[in-house]
Amino acid sequence: MILILAIAVWLLAWGVNARLARSRYAGSRAVRLLVPTLFGVAVLVLWQGIVMGLAVPEVILPAPTRIAGAIAANLPVLRVDFVQTILKGGLIGYVMGTASAVVVAVLVDRVPFLRAGLLPIGNFVAALPIVGIAPIMVMWFGFDWYSKAAVVVVMVFFPVLINMVAGLSASERMQRDLMATWGASYWQTLIKLRLPAAMPFLFNGLKIAATLALIGAIVAENFGSPTVGMGFRISTAVGQLALPLVWAEIAVAALAGSVFYGLVAAAERAVTFWHPSQRGR
Amino acid sequence: MKPGFAKAGPVVVVLAVIVALWYAGSVALNAKWTYDQAARNGASVTIGQLLTDTMQQERPVLPAPHQVVAELWKGVTGYAVTSKKSLVYHAYVTLISTFWGFVLGTGLGILMAVGIVRSRTLDLGLMPWAIISQTVPVVAIAPMIVVLSNSLGLGDHLGVSNGLVSKTVIAAYLSYFPVLVGMVKGLRSPDQMQLDQLKTWNASQMQEFVKLRLPSSVPYLFTSLKVGIAASLVGAIVGELPTGAIEGLGARMLIGSQFGSPIIVWAALFAAAILAGILILAVRGLETLVVKRMGVRA
Repeated sequence: MILILAIAVWLLAWGVNARLARSRYAGSRAVRLLVPTLFGVAVLVLWQGIVMGLAVPEVILPAPTRIAGAIAANLPVLRVDFVQTILKGGLIGYVMGTASAVVVAVLVDRVPFLRAGLLPIGNFVAALPIVGIAPIMVMWFGFDWYSKAAVVVVMVFFPVLINMVAGLSASERMQRDLMATWGASYWQTLIKLRLPAAMPFLFNGLKIAATLALIGAIVAENFGSPTVGMGFRISTAVGQLALPLVWAEIAVAALAGSVFYGLVAAAERAVTFWHPSQRGR
Repeated sequence: MKPGFAKAGPVVVVLAVIVALWYAGSVALNAKWTYDQAARNGASVTIGQLLTDTMQQERPVLPAPHQVVAELWKGVTGYAVTSKKSLVYHAYVTLISTFWGFVLGTGLGILMAVGIVRSRTLDLGLMPWAIISQTVPVVAIAPMIVVLSNSLGLGDHLGVSNGLVSKTVIAAYLSYFPVLVGMVKGLRSPDQMQLDQLKTWNASQMQEFVKLRLPSSVPYLFTSLKVGIAASLVGAIVGELPTGAIEGLGARMLIGSQFGSPIIVWAALFAAAILAGILILAVRGLETLVVKRMGVRA
């Protein structure tokens, strides 16, 4: 009965979405937000309906309401884990890694030899499974968040480096010539023309790095961690079959990841408002 | 100077500098242990002794490059391919889940891309969630997937181990997104002129899709396949960590770190890097083949 109801809600939401997508308001901001929201809510309702209707055991899939309950009941634990993994491990590593990548990119761009020598290696390294350095970093920097931040630094470095180097050569010949006719120095050209022109590329790298940072911070906890942290909590809670807590951590991780990504995307919109891909929104 | 050398020269120099730095680093980082050891024996250390000793420790902080190469070489050629000590065997285990994850992820990505391009509802409703799915750190879900696949016993039905199923799912989760994004871009790449041309020929929706959109998406597809296969390998390795796997490159890294023997970890890391290189080359080879068959002139 509940199952049928849930399916009905799902179909209804689908129908509304189809109408909305075809309506003349399809391009508007409200519809752009409403359609995915409705889609997500419908998935949640269907999930709840299937779990309740088919009496799915909690070990396989807890109902969304149970997960929400677990979140409410474990707020202090979730907060400590969030600070340990996301803020200390992830964010600090992200800032250090991306900042050093940008500096190295400017250096690489200045020295043609490095450009020819370092860039192919960087391109190759960016495709490697860098998470593998996690055990080494744990050996070097210990169990606390320093080792997690170190893993994140290395993981985010190469994607940002490659994108930034590509970005620095994105300004056109004509524009650079114009700077030259105005007698601009290297630094003036860099700051007034080439850095702004590189921003769309930089943010491309920053967005890739944002998801990598969280993966690195959590994976490193598999190789040893203090008794806090999201990765640690998830593995131990799975062992105790405390599944709602596991899903609560996953929900927090998902939310943190999305907010992190959203913040980078918002910064991109603010900085590169002039770029064609950002206009007309 | 040949153009080939002009291109490779700087790369070789930079690589040489990296190796030199690595040696210097391993001497500097391992020196403490040598000094401690000597102090305990009441001996003093000359520079020559320091250099030789730091490069052949059992458990160095940073193994010297030749130690890693030796371990790698021993792992690849020293044992029979089926032996549990052989790196080839572990690489094979990881490769299997990488491959199936890649196939599954690519299939899913293409299917979703087709859906998104054909249906406006899916475009508006599904696409944002596909993006959100990638901001979820997959490794957070990995232990969950392991429990799920164990309790569902999906692997038993298929006649494979449950560990393989969970690793495959994680690999697929990581690799579907690049394919999805590339495919959507590719299927939308035909310009208005080409679409109009097909209209004047009275082509059906299906014909337009098969004869125009699919072929024009191929270059985009291969670009994202290269990203996808690398992501798939990462997924397979990461998937081995919480599954308690004892086979596979990720498991080797875990074992090496638990027994405190860095050389094993480094060797596994390099094996993974080589595997990644081979996989990307394979996709590139396939691309050249397909592009040639399609009659595209480079």
